[in-house]
Amino acid sequence: MLGRRIRERFYESLLFISALISVVAVFMIALFVFLEGYPIIQKEGLGNFLLGREWRPLAGIFGIFPMIVGSIVVTLGALVLGVPVSLATAVFLAEFAPKRANMILRPGIELLAGIPSVIYGLFGMTTVVPAIRFIETRYLAHKLPPQMQSGYSVLAAAIILAIMISPTIIAISEDALRAVPRHLKEASLALGATHWQTVVKVLIPTARSGILASIILGMGRAIGETMAVIMVVGNNVLIPTSIFSPCRTLTSNIAIEAAYAAEGPHMQALFATGIVLFVIIIILNLIALRVAGREVMSR
Amino acid sequence: MKARIEEKIWKTVLWVISFSTLAILLVILFYILSRGLKMINYGFLTETPRAMGREGGIYPAILGTVYFVILTLILAVPLGVAAAVQLTEYSRESLLVKIIRFGNESLAAVPSIVFGLFGFALFVVKLKPYTGGYSILSGSLTGTLMILPILIRATEEAIKAVPREYREASYALGATHWQTVTRIVLPAAAPGIITAVILGIGRIVGETAALLLTLGGSVLIPTSIFAPARTLALHIYLVAMEVGAMDMAFGTAAVLILTVLALNLSAYFLRRHFLSIRGAK
Repeated sequence: MLGRRIRERFYESLLFISALISVVAVFMIALFVFLEGYPIIQKEGLGNFLLGREWRPLAGIFGIFPMIVGSIVVTLGALVLGVPVSLATAVFLAEFAPKRANMILRPGIELLAGIPSVIYGLFGMTTVVPAIRFIETRYLAHKLPPQMQSGYSVLAAAIILAIMISPTIIAISEDALRAVPRHLKEASLALGATHWQTVVKVLIPTARSGILASIILGMGRAIGETMAVIMVVGNNVLIPTSIFSPCRTLTSNIAIEAAYAAEGPHMQALFATGIVLFVIIIILNLIALRVAGREVMSR
Repeated sequence: MKARIEEKIWKTVLWVISFSTLAILLVILFYILSRGLKMINYGFLTETPRAMGREGGIYPAILGTVYFVILTLILAVPLGVAAAVQLTEYSRESLLVKIIRFGNESLAAVPSIVFGLFGFALFVVKLKPYTGGYSILSGSLTGTLMILPILIRATEEAIKAVPREYREASYALGATHWQTVTRIVLPAAAPGIITAVILGIGRIVGETAALLLTLGGSVLIPTSIFAPARTLALHIYLVAMEVGAMDMAFGTAAVLILTVLALNLSAYFLRRHFLSIRGAK
């Protein structure tokens, strides 16, 4: 009897250790990436590293400003294209879709979330990029400089990312819309408002914190996305001046160069790029958490 | 009257937009499959790549994927289930549990390339004598951390869905907490856990960025878990971007998409099947 109690205690402590692993993992990831990347930031100075416009690793010059701008521009582009469509779909699913339509759309959107990012990349590289190249060379050739006529561009990345982040935005904002108390909706309908007016004037304003959180989380996904972006964005280190500019993002900077970077300052600079990325993501998630509260985040 | 017409118009717009998301999915699937399926034949699946992947098959990538997925599951499933049991069955909402949940959420938000950097620094470089450097083991250890949050969250939900009466009946028969968890709660939650595992496989089978920095990308047939390898997803990236063999990339992509489709469909039907059983009771 006593033996069994001791054995159960032992098992329970194993469970406890397992539960702690994710906390330990987050801590270790942060620690390792910081330890490996910090020396170069210290050497170059944080200002020079973040705002330096030149990235010439072989000459020992490490400025990631173009990549920071690249990540921001590509992400904003994805939001501009993706948010309206995603919100419209969320409203449709939560309010207007007949059961049949719901049953077709929902698995479809889940599948969209399940497609590996490298496949989005391959798709973008062989359809979106050539389509943009066609427009650039056929209609805009006299206006655009030659390096903006390859099709690899901010626009291509924004289009692919818009598709990739839509399942996140749709799912979370649909939940937020469904969580609006029934009596608010009924009161509006009872006052003679149409269903559409109720959606626009009552449901969306009431659910706005959840909707905002969904957008911020979608933003986090877009900034953190790597493979699909590498394959369509061109990866040239330059500050994009147009939606047809190629550029390089923080994630693609790491992925492209890690394969051949030598130990030492170059590798450290890639880790330091990782620090910047990590910090941005944590900040975005804290904001989303703050905006929406726990229920939404636990998705 | 104006309001009614307005509503009609907007409803139509919503119909069109919503189904356009579905249309995008179908376009992507159709495009990849139509260019990829014609590449797939017996030789493609059983031969090793030649000329850096320009010719030949994808056998090593299939094998690499299978090894990587199985090893990751062996590492991640026990950990994930144990963590979920701890969180649901053994914890009250204490500060510690809050910290654990926050850890989980943060882990889920970390971009995969940052997992890659971490895996590279720890498993590939620091622990090289134990992992073999770039290897299936290094990739799987990294992959384990990546799917842990999904597994924990889904398992928690499966455990919470087990009716209270089951537990009470078990206690009433004199079973201990531990016996109740292992013999009553976990078996009852098994369908949900299995669905979670299948969805987890769907997630890691397509993972690329983290594996780019940990798996090594070898085109050789992997001989042990300490050997470098490439998965299907990694193979797609490497042949498309570095070799420019688009036909091979599409063939591999078709295999990967069919795998992901099969996983998602089986999870979908499993879930429906178990829901209908539970509903019938």
